[in-house]
Amino acid sequence: MGTHEVAADHHTSTGLDNTKLAMWGFLGSECLFFGSLISTYLLYRNRVLSGPTPHEIYDIPYTSVSSFVLLMSSLTMVLALAAIQRGDHRGLRVWLLATAFLGMTFIGGQIYEFTTFVEEGLKLQTSTFGSSFFVLTGFHGAHVTVGILMLLMLVGMSLAGRLDPVSEGSRKVELIGLYWHFVDIVWIVIFMIVYLVPTN
Amino acid sequence: MSETQTSMEHVQDPHLAQHPTPRKYVNIAIILSIVTALEVAVYYIEAVQDFLVPMLAIMAFVKFVLVAAYFMHLRFDSRIFRRFFVTGVLLAFAVFGIVMWIFFLVGDGPSPTVGG
Repeated sequence: MGTHEVAADHHTSTGLDNTKLAMWGFLGSECLFFGSLISTYLLYRNRVLSGPTPHEIYDIPYTSVSSFVLLMSSLTMVLALAAIQRGDHRGLRVWLLATAFLGMTFIGGQIYEFTTFVEEGLKLQTSTFGSSFFVLTGFHGAHVTVGILMLLMLVGMSLAGRLDPVSEGSRKVELIGLYWHFVDIVWIVIFMIVYLVPTN
Repeated sequence: MSETQTSMEHVQDPHLAQHPTPRKYVNIAIILSIVTALEVAVYYIEAVQDFLVPMLAIMAFVKFVLVAAYFMHLRFDSRIFRRFFVTGVLLAFAVFGIVMWIFFLVGDGPSPTVGG
């Protein structure tokens, strides 16, 4: 059965897995989505008529730790993929849960950051800087949250034996992994442009 | 199926055979951590403030490429996947360039209010 399914994957006009091709197409379109949000942020971040400015409100050491957590989640994700490629379902679940935990830590940190900003006077409607900041980082956080749900879904599928055979399970984990790494890549850009590049 | 079932199916896949080992993944993660620490360090160093933006851009680019090439396996997978992704990135840069051109070269920058 396993060999038959592997062979079926390659009966496409490109000889490639269509679901993986679709995922890369989706990620390409997501580049445009986040590119637009980042462009909007860059346009408006210096336009502050009321409320705090970026320089006054950002906590770089705190966000650096959050960035490190998300980077490490990419490592645990790829170790989960390596585990299932070895046929190690227990290892897969351990690394998937570690990835989900790191993702939840990142989201918890973002919720704390948003709460602090609101308490310090920066809300969605305070200034165009506030609007563009919350929309950009909020959409990224939403993507991370969707990723966490998909990771937990994979854990459930593994427990239910729905990631067998190994080739089929690897394919599913790899697809979710691509999404997760993409979310990490977007944060690499956001961390640099939003937090580290100084405002005028 | 046993918990630690080992199948030969994946060994026959030429792309999987080229994937890095877990040890290499850990090494990549260490490099990513060091570059992130450098990014934060240069942010605080007064002496490099004139070159801060290019330095940050280079370091972010290095991290971006490492994650895409090794963790997302673009270095080992079919070139078609790479083209899909690179096209998206280039289009994102095009959107950025067009927006900046419209607002700063044609106009006089965006209005400071959302509605205005």
